[in-house]
Amino acid sequence: MAGTLVLFWAFAGLALASALGCITRRSPVASALWLVVTLFALAALFVLLDAQFIAVLQLLVYAGAIMVLFLFVIMLLNLGHPGPMDVKGPVGVGTAFLLGGVLLFQLWILRQAAPPASIQLPPGSVARLQQEQGLVGAVARPLFDTYLIPFEITSLLLLAALVGAVVLAKRRL
Amino acid sequence: MTFFLVSSVIKIIVVFTVIMVGVALLTLAERRICAWMQDRLGPNRVGPQGLLQPAADGLKNLLKEETLPAQADKVLFLLAPAMSFVPALLTFAVIPFATPLPTPWGDVEMVVANLPVGFLYILAFGSLGVYGIVLAGWASNNKYSLLGGLRASAQMISYEIAMGMSTVAVLLLAGNVTLSEVVARQAQSIWFVFPLSLAYFLFIVAAFAETNRLPFDLPEAEGELIAGYHTEYSAMKFSMFYIAEYSNMVTASALMTTLFFGGWDIPFTHWDNTPPWSPLKTVLTLGMFSLKVIGFLFVYIWVRWTLPRFRYDQLMALGWKVMLPLALAYVTVIATAIWILHEQLGWTYGTRFALALFGLNVLLAIPLFFVLDRGRIVAGSVAEERA
Repeated sequence: MAGTLVLFWAFAGLALASALGCITRRSPVASALWLVVTLFALAALFVLLDAQFIAVLQLLVYAGAIMVLFLFVIMLLNLGHPGPMDVKGPVGVGTAFLLGGVLLFQLWILRQAAPPASIQLPPGSVARLQQEQGLVGAVARPLFDTYLIPFEITSLLLLAALVGAVVLAKRRL
Repeated sequence: MTFFLVSSVIKIIVVFTVIMVGVALLTLAERRICAWMQDRLGPNRVGPQGLLQPAADGLKNLLKEETLPAQADKVLFLLAPAMSFVPALLTFAVIPFATPLPTPWGDVEMVVANLPVGFLYILAFGSLGVYGIVLAGWASNNKYSLLGGLRASAQMISYEIAMGMSTVAVLLLAGNVTLSEVVARQAQSIWFVFPLSLAYFLFIVAAFAETNRLPFDLPEAEGELIAGYHTEYSAMKFSMFYIAEYSNMVTASALMTTLFFGGWDIPFTHWDNTPPWSPLKTVLTLGMFSLKVIGFLFVYIWVRWTLPRFRYDQLMALGWKVMLPLALAYVTVIATAIWILHEQLGWTYGTRFALALFGLNVLLAIPLFFVLDRGRIVAGSVAEERA
């Protein structure tokens, strides 16, 4: 158990540190790379939670595809070199601190409240589920069975966004 | 627990060493085979038949001057070779390469890490290899390198999708994402290359694109981009990219072996895939696995010295207009066929099942090559100009 805890704190620390790196770096490429490190640390935390399928999907979809596209766009527009500071003037800094304070307050509230009993699973139920349906089945069954309609609606939303992007990018088709 | 740790460490060291030595020999094999195909001799001076040539090359690269372009992003420039090298090695960790080896302390599985999500792990880490190339191109601060990096990222993403879709068929047939289960399923009966021939065809094309080998080596394309992403690299950092490319080839070949050619299975006999395990079985299956991998590596080299390079628009058109729709359509057809055979007729995977699917593949392949193609891919740009 101690080993798991050590790993948890190591990866949690890495996730926080790289997330800080992501929002403080001026160069977009460095920022994007710190985000990749964050995604990695999160995947490691998923593995510690025994959710290996989610961890691999995290790497495959976010680190492997979406972040590569981010880098592609950054490089294509040649944004790679740090520009001037985005936050301008005392009003901007003040707003930033205010919003940050709200987020910290939310975290503190969350720390106080226990998660509601309705979303807590009895101990050992995840392991039993994985034993019965396999790592992938435990995720796939609810997705394509219980929540099929919301899932399909989400895919329609994505399709609409894609069509919109194509229309915006290509004036004449 | 101790036994697990010790055996894992030994396996990691052995696999790492074997791949490194294999990669070194592969560079020699490439040059010798290329020379043979071009009716030359190739490097044969250092050691018997040039066997020590890789060692001489390695020494040369270690002693050469390391250059650092003045305008380069220093951290990323140094990090990029390592970032393309590490994922290439990591992916090999989940591939089973022999039957378990019995020892006095228990059976040792002949796979570094038998992950329950093994197959997805390979796709995930395979997709990370592109970072090294993209960042090398960007950090060099050189227009040609940047173009190479851009091409690499676009190419990898396009073909990754086709690769993923083509393997869905394998996972449907195996009913599992664990690679050892995939191998076990094939060992019992017919290798998946027969019931899923078209998936194999799509997979091998995508694998060539993912490893940046000819005819898909547009990120380096020495004719137009000088050497693309590694124009500015010298000495050991340059050879790190080479090691990465060859390790990727080894992993892709091992993957093709595992997914479509039965992994370590010795064909025409069931003797090798049933316990009790023995060291003899381990050695023989390991030999069989290596033989298959070497065969695929030869195909890689053969294709490289046979086919010319694609143009960039042809590459993108092939990826998005041919490979992806084909893979999607194939998955639906195969899923339906498996559903009919398995759920409606109640067949389990075996010779009859595999042959039925093989017949379906042959039926699909005929319209694919003679009707859908219409001279677009085979004739290439010549036909397009005429139209």
